[in-house]
Amino acid sequence: MDVLELARWQFGITTVYHFLMVPLTIGLSLLVAAMQTAWVRTGNERYYKMTKFWGKLLLINFAMGVVTGIVQEFQFGMAWSAYSRFVGDVFGAPLAMEGLVAFFVESTFLGLWIFGWDKLPKKVHLACAWAFSLATMASAYFILAANSWMQHPVGIEMHEGRPRLTSIWAVLTNNTVLAAFPHTIAGAFAVAGAFLVGIAAWHLHRKSQDEGVWRSSLKLGTWVGVVAFAALSISGDLQGKLMFEQQPMKMAAAEALCHTEQPASFSIFAIGDVSRPDCENVKSITVPALLSFLAHNDFSSEVKGIQDLVPMYQEKYGEFYPVDERLGELSGKPIDYVPALPVTYWGFRLMIGFGAISAGLGVFMLWLTRRNRTPTGWWFPALGLAGIATPFLANSFGWIFTEMGRQPFVVVPNPTGVDGVWMFTAQAVSNSAPGEILTSLIALTAVYSALAVVEFYLIRKYVRGGIPGVLPQKTDDGALAFAY
Amino acid sequence: METLWFVLIAVLWLGYLFLEGFDFGVGMLLPVLGRDNAERRVMINTIGPVWDGNEVWLIVAIGATFAAFPGWYAALLSAAYLPLTLFLVALIGRGVAFDYRGKVESVRWRKAWDTVIIVGSWTATLCVGLLISTTVLGLPIDANGDRVGSVFAAIRLDTVVGALAFAGYALVHGAVFTALKTEGEIRERARRVALTLAPVALLPLVALLAIVAGMWAGVVVLVLAAAMWRLLKNRDGQSFALMGLAIAASVAILFGALYPNVLPSTLNDAWSLTVANTASSPYTLQVITWVAAFGTPAVLIYQGWTYWVFRKRIGVRHIPVN
Repeated sequence: MDVLELARWQFGITTVYHFLMVPLTIGLSLLVAAMQTAWVRTGNERYYKMTKFWGKLLLINFAMGVVTGIVQEFQFGMAWSAYSRFVGDVFGAPLAMEGLVAFFVESTFLGLWIFGWDKLPKKVHLACAWAFSLATMASAYFILAANSWMQHPVGIEMHEGRPRLTSIWAVLTNNTVLAAFPHTIAGAFAVAGAFLVGIAAWHLHRKSQDEGVWRSSLKLGTWVGVVAFAALSISGDLQGKLMFEQQPMKMAAAEALCHTEQPASFSIFAIGDVSRPDCENVKSITVPALLSFLAHNDFSSEVKGIQDLVPMYQEKYGEFYPVDERLGELSGKPIDYVPALPVTYWGFRLMIGFGAISAGLGVFMLWLTRRNRTPTGWWFPALGLAGIATPFLANSFGWIFTEMGRQPFVVVPNPTGVDGVWMFTAQAVSNSAPGEILTSLIALTAVYSALAVVEFYLIRKYVRGGIPGVLPQKTDDGALAFAY
Repeated sequence: METLWFVLIAVLWLGYLFLEGFDFGVGMLLPVLGRDNAERRVMINTIGPVWDGNEVWLIVAIGATFAAFPGWYAALLSAAYLPLTLFLVALIGRGVAFDYRGKVESVRWRKAWDTVIIVGSWTATLCVGLLISTTVLGLPIDANGDRVGSVFAAIRLDTVVGALAFAGYALVHGAVFTALKTEGEIRERARRVALTLAPVALLPLVALLAIVAGMWAGVVVLVLAAAMWRLLKNRDGQSFALMGLAIAASVAILFGALYPNVLPSTLNDAWSLTVANTASSPYTLQVITWVAAFGTPAVLIYQGWTYWVFRKRIGVRHIPVN
C-alpha cells in the first residue's frame, strides 16, 4: 500500500474509533449533569445514586475519548501536511478555539467534578458538571465547523493559491454546520439513551437493589432516545437537502442513482452489485418520487444521476490529476469522481436503518415496562443490551458515508463559492515514507484494540457492580476517599 | 502580529512544560518515591485533579501553531513522525492508566498500570524534549518544508541532549512538586531525591541551553541552584516557584534564540521556516488573538482556582485502608 492508502486507513480507523467514545461522552455527561441537578434540587437519594452510577461509566469512557482525541489533532500535521499547509489559514482557527474555549473547560472542570465531591459546596460542584458537559458540546461545535468547512468551504478568498479566511463568522455559521451540529448531538443522545435503557433493563431483569434507579434510568433513556430520533430525522432531512445542493455527487452516490430521474424514487434496498458502473442489473425496492421530495421538497423534481454528474464535474474541476511526482501512481491519471458506491449506498442505508431500529426498540421498551412492569423473559435484557449497539452503528455508518461520499475530494468545491478552492485527497498527504505511516497505523491499532478490551471489561465490571459498586467508601477516621 | 503569536506559542509551551512537567515527573518517580500502594496513591492523587487540564496546554500549543503558523505545524509534525507516534502512544497509555489504575482491586492490575504510568511518563517527556529541541535546532528540510532523508532525522546527538534535558527537568520538578504537596515520609524522600538527582538530572538542560545560547545558560544555572537551596532550607513552595522560573527562563532562551525562525533548515538557510513565511493571514491572526485575549485569562483563573481548591498537602493517612 502507498502512503495515501495507509494514511486514509489510519484516519478512518482512528476517527471511527474516537467517535465511539465521543457521542457517549457528550450524551451521558449532559444526562449526568441533569441527574445531579435533580438530586441537588429534590434531595432524593435515587438521583444521587443515578448520578454516581452513570457518572462512573461516563468517566471510564471519557478517559478513552480524551486520549484518542489527542491523536486526531496531531494527525493532520503528521500524515496530512500538504492539507494542513493548504487549509491552515482557515482550518486551524476552529481547532485553536476548540482547545482554548472547550478543552480547557472540559478537562479542568472534569477534574474538579471527580475530586470535588467532598471539597466543593453542592451547587458549585453541580456547576462543574454543567461546565464540562456544555464544554463537550462546544468542542463538538468547533470541530464540526471545521469539518463542515471541508464539505462546503465558505468565508474565504483565494490568495497565492490558497484559501484565506475572510470571515470567521461565515465559517462558524456555515449552513452545513448548522445542520450537522444538531444531527451529531442528537446522535450522541441516541447513544446515551440506548446505553441507559440497555443497562437499566438488565438490572431490572436481575431484580438488582435500587429498583427505582433502574426504572427512572430506563424511562429517561427511552424518552431521550425517542426525542433524539425525532431530532435526527428532522436535522438529517435538512442535511440531505443541503447536500443535494452542495455535494450532488455524494447524494447520487448515497442512492447509487446512475441516471438522472424525474421524479426520482428512493431506494430502500438493492439486490445485486451497486458498484457496477452501468447500474443495469441492480434490482432495487423503491418508493416512487420520495427522493425528489427529500432533495427539493417537491415530489416531481429532477435529481441528477452519477452519469450526468461526472461530465459536469470533469468540466468544472478537470479530467486529469496534475502531473506531479508526489501524486505517485495517480499523477496525470484521470480523476474518478464517483465515490465507492457500495460504501456510500449501504452506509447511508445502515445509518438510517440502525437509527430507526434504535428508536423503535426504545418505544418498545417503554411499552414493555409500562406501569412498572418487568418482562420476565431473558430476551428482555438481551434486547436492551443489543439495542446499545444500534445507535453506535448508526453513527459510525453515518460518518463513513459522509466522509467516503466526498471522495475524491478532501476539501469539496463549493458550487456557489470562490473559484479554485478544493483539494483532492491524493494531494493532501504528507511526503512521508510508507513505513512511517505503517508503523503508526500498526501501533495505534494495536493500542486501540487492547484498550477496547480494557474499557469493555471495566464497563462490564461496573455495570455488574450496580449501585453498591459506585458509592464512595466511608472510612472511620474521616479520611477522604480519593478518586484514584 | 506574527511575533505576538510566536511569543504566545512559547508561553503555551512554557505552561505545558511547567505544569505537565511536574505530573510527568510524578509519574517517572512513582517507583522511587512510592514504596507501596498507599504511597503511590498519594502521589497519583496529588496530580489527579489537574493532569488532564495540564495536558490541554499541549493540545492548545499544537492547535495554536496550526492556526497561526500552518507551515510550521505541517513541517515539524510530519518530519518528526516516528517520535511523535511514540509520544502519542505514551500519552494514551499514561492518560488511561491514571484513570483505570484504581478501578479494579487487584495487585496485578495496579502493577500493570503503574508500569504504563512510569514508562509512559518517561517516554512522553523524552519525546517532548526531542520535539522542542528539534524545532529550535532545526531539521534537514527542503524549500517546500518537507524533510529530506532519513525518517530518524530528528534523532541526533544534540536533540537527544534536548530530550534528556526535559526528562531531567521533569524528574527534579516532579520531586519538588511531590515535596510541596505531600507530608510525612514521602515528602522527606521527595526532597532527598530532588537534591540528590539535581546535579546530574539538570545537566542536560544546561547543556542544551549552552549549545543554543552559550553563556545565557548561566542564568538558568543560578535559578536552578537557588531552587535547590530553598528546598534544602525546607521551603518547598519557593523551590517550586524557582523551578517554574527556571523553565520560564529556559523557554525564553530557546525561543529567543530561535526567533525569527520557527524551524531552521540544516541544509540551507534560505529554506528555514520563519514566522514570516509560515504565518497565517493578518485576519486569521486577529481572530485567534481575540479568542486568546478572552480565553487565556479565563483559563488562568479557573485553573488557578483548581489548584487552590486542592491546595492541601496529602499523605498516607488520607488514603482509606482496604
